Amino acid sequence: MTAVHEFPMTRTCPFAPPPAYTEIREEDPVTRVGLPDGRKAWVVSRHEDVRTVLNDRRFSADRQHPDFPQLVPGFRRPDDERTMITMDAPEHGPARKAVLGEFTVRRMEALRPRIQEIVDERIDALMAGPKPGDLVEALSLPVPSLVICEMLGVPYADHDFFQTHTAKLIKRDTPPQERRAAVEAVREYMSDLIAGREDNPPDDLLGRQIVKLREEGTYRRASLAATGFLLLVAGHETTANMISLGTVGLLENPDQLALITGDPGKTLDAVEELLRYFTIVDAATARLCVEDVEVGGQLIRAGEGVLALGYAANRDAAAFENPDELDIERGARHHVAFGFGPHQCLGQNLARMELQIVFDTLFRRIPGLKLAAPVDDLPFKDDANIYGLYRLPVTW
Amino acid sequence: MKIIADTGKCVGAGQCVLTEPSLFDQSEEDGTVIVLDDQPVGDLVEKAREAVHVCPSQALSLEE
Repeated sequence: MTAVHEFPMTRTCPFAPPPAYTEIREEDPVTRVGLPDGRKAWVVSRHEDVRTVLNDRRFSADRQHPDFPQLVPGFRRPDDERTMITMDAPEHGPARKAVLGEFTVRRMEALRPRIQEIVDERIDALMAGPKPGDLVEALSLPVPSLVICEMLGVPYADHDFFQTHTAKLIKRDTPPQERRAAVEAVREYMSDLIAGREDNPPDDLLGRQIVKLREEGTYRRASLAATGFLLLVAGHETTANMISLGTVGLLENPDQLALITGDPGKTLDAVEELLRYFTIVDAATARLCVEDVEVGGQLIRAGEGVLALGYAANRDAAAFENPDELDIERGARHHVAFGFGPHQCLGQNLARMELQIVFDTLFRRIPGLKLAAPVDDLPFKDDANIYGLYRLPVTW
Repeated sequence: MKIIADTGKCVGAGQCVLTEPSLFDQSEEDGTVIVLDDQPVGDLVEKAREAVHVCPSQALSLEE
């Protein structure tokens, strides 16, 4: 009998999952663990089982449910402020599809020239600034932030305000009251912004939603503010961290970097592989079992919580050959870095495009780019629910 | 081989379009899958299999 592990766990190497992940996956792939609030949950760690849990209706995404497994203390929101990420079928589909048309592959492709322009401007600013420069501040955060702001119709001038609050939401040790205040502040900001657009909705995502939802007779300001909040927050911290980590991952693996600088056609494969390799959201994919179900030979009962460990799944040798190697030529796209099932990341194709353009442009325009500090000294976000870097000193 | 798409299950992740844009597209309205060619031949057969494999909601299946 192995000891009960406590979650969440912290990485000990910036390029590898917590060591216990491997042990759990190999020896006890569906196992009971302790959560910060003293309750227990199941951890599912094999690639196949993670995909099963995330795509089975017997596992609910309702984070508002009192039995839902929490890695950080949560709080119940009024019903009209819930968002699609906490909904199950049949409620979930229509909520997701209401905004999905804004995130299709074709819509993202249409944004390419503008994203390229934003990336070029940010790289100009990095090169015009001091050496060493901080890649997080100069590039990683502003690119996805500028893009999602333009899409939503949120003034980028306000980015300091919502980035400060978002950072608090992502840190695990933010006190509950402060976390709640941060949510309220951004929600109120969104609500005011939307209120100002109601008389004459502009042709941006939020404006189009006002028009569309009114036509359907389902428009509620609080509800749209919740959606706007979700898209704004989900849209920048995640991609920002992947830009920083991906840059470090490529600089530390020069043979891999040479593959994309030699053939930019390979950058999309590199993006998939970097997503798999770092899996920055990991245990964020929690679920509540609502009907007894067997997973990987283990019976999970209704009312029990489950953490689907994306990072363990993405390092599962049964799904990926030599999983601990960064190999952009593996061409494997079945990773679960964006989750799986009906809640799979809505913005994944926007993220892919931003990452592809950033990596292509950054290494083409600054071929001499290098880290300005040893990897071991970099401030990795070991205390956050989304992995990444606080700062990334680079020079050239 | 025939591609079967269940738009009721589809969650519009666009993985199929990324896999093979000549076989799949997405509705402008709600992002759900549109099959452009449901009887792929040659190299496209493998692409269709990959699209089924990466589809996050198992909205795609193949009739062999």
